[in-house]
Amino acid sequence: MLEKYLRFSKFILLLVVSMILLVGVANVFAAHPQTPAPDPSQHAWWYWPLILLILSFALGVFAVLAGVGGGVLYVPIVSGFLPFHLDFVRGAGLIVALAGALAAGPGLLKKGMADLRLAIPMALIASTCAIVGAMIGLALPTNIVQTLLGATILGIVVIMIKAKKSEYPEVPKPDALSQSLRIMGVYHEPTLNKDVSWQIHRTPIGLGLFVVIGVMAGMFGLGAGWANVPVLNLLLGAPIKISVATSKFLLSITDTSAAWIYLNNGAVLPLMVVPSVVGIMLGSFIGVKVLAVTKPAIIRILVIGVLGVAGLKALLKGLGIG
Amino acid sequence: MANQATEEQILYANILNKGMLIGLLGLVVTFIIYGAGILEPKIPLDQVQNYWVMPVSEYLQLSGIHAGWAWLGNLGYGDMLNFLPIAFLSILTVICYLAILPGLMRKKDTAYVVLVIVEVVVLLVAASGFLGSGGH
Repeated sequence: MLEKYLRFSKFILLLVVSMILLVGVANVFAAHPQTPAPDPSQHAWWYWPLILLILSFALGVFAVLAGVGGGVLYVPIVSGFLPFHLDFVRGAGLIVALAGALAAGPGLLKKGMADLRLAIPMALIASTCAIVGAMIGLALPTNIVQTLLGATILGIVVIMIKAKKSEYPEVPKPDALSQSLRIMGVYHEPTLNKDVSWQIHRTPIGLGLFVVIGVMAGMFGLGAGWANVPVLNLLLGAPIKISVATSKFLLSITDTSAAWIYLNNGAVLPLMVVPSVVGIMLGSFIGVKVLAVTKPAIIRILVIGVLGVAGLKALLKGLGIG
Repeated sequence: MANQATEEQILYANILNKGMLIGLLGLVVTFIIYGAGILEPKIPLDQVQNYWVMPVSEYLQLSGIHAGWAWLGNLGYGDMLNFLPIAFLSILTVICYLAILPGLMRKKDTAYVVLVIVEVVVLLVAASGFLGSGGH
């Protein structure tokens, strides 16, 4: 038992060291030329895509272990420590989050964990506002977006530390809107071996919050699971499993609208997008395997720490200090 | 054992599953075509790193790449070909929404019929490029 624990501790340590080394090496080599004139120190064309592939793979593993979406790690870390401009990182971040949500969606829907009736009204608000957010994000000067991104990431860190979750929130009476839309359901909870019925309340306030969530998702190219889950679970009162699954599925719709804005504005570069998508999806696949035999709490603390550093770096970069 | 997945939910999931697999496979295949140089790219591979460090508006101005749907007319270039699976993945939600619409109409689920139609319009407007292109 002890040997097994030590083996996995070594594995985790190796992953952590690799991630830190990657970010460190990337930071050392990060150049920021502002003109397209060929830089004599430039690397072979495959160098940065390979770094992106490896880094995204590590982010995919850590995202699963920490229970966060890949997009929320990808944007601050890649924009903070690699030489890509924030415009392209946000474009790639959205496609990464979109691909992850599209991949997870079918399974979650079929199992009845992601709920279409709950997702559709929220998605309409969030995806419409994500378009507005993406347009604002592409219109604002980079330093302002970078500063706001840094502040948002630090806010997410606080949410991750403080936010509680409720397995089965009590919803004494569903509100009129959720009743008229028939947003309710039943799912089988294997840990209790029983069927759990759920309903929601405070739907209008929830819809209002999805305005803010959509704008932020579009502006920063982040997946918005960090905000979706607390709203669905703590505010609306959906069980945590329904909230997490519906949030993941919701991203496939929210990020679609914002992704089109970035795509139509030229902020999507295949040389960045494809290695990132492939890396993060392979990483998520391995992450799910590792999850069964590791201690997610430790990883979560580590990810919160890395996210805090990335958020601070984005903030300082935006303010012209970093 | 209850499984609350509705008929629409299963249909949505099945289309999403197939579409996602096709899209991701397309992403890998077109990237191999691009990276291996099977089709010449619009921007040479070793020059892309000179552009990704600058704001998108500057990149468009200096590279001569046209934003919006211009890539569709340049599918003979390796880099532009990659936009095909990216666009497919980005339109997949619209396909899924359209697929569940007849079922919702049959059930006279008016509220959701309206929500689904409005969502499709929103996504198509976003995809159309009418909302502006060209960055900062």
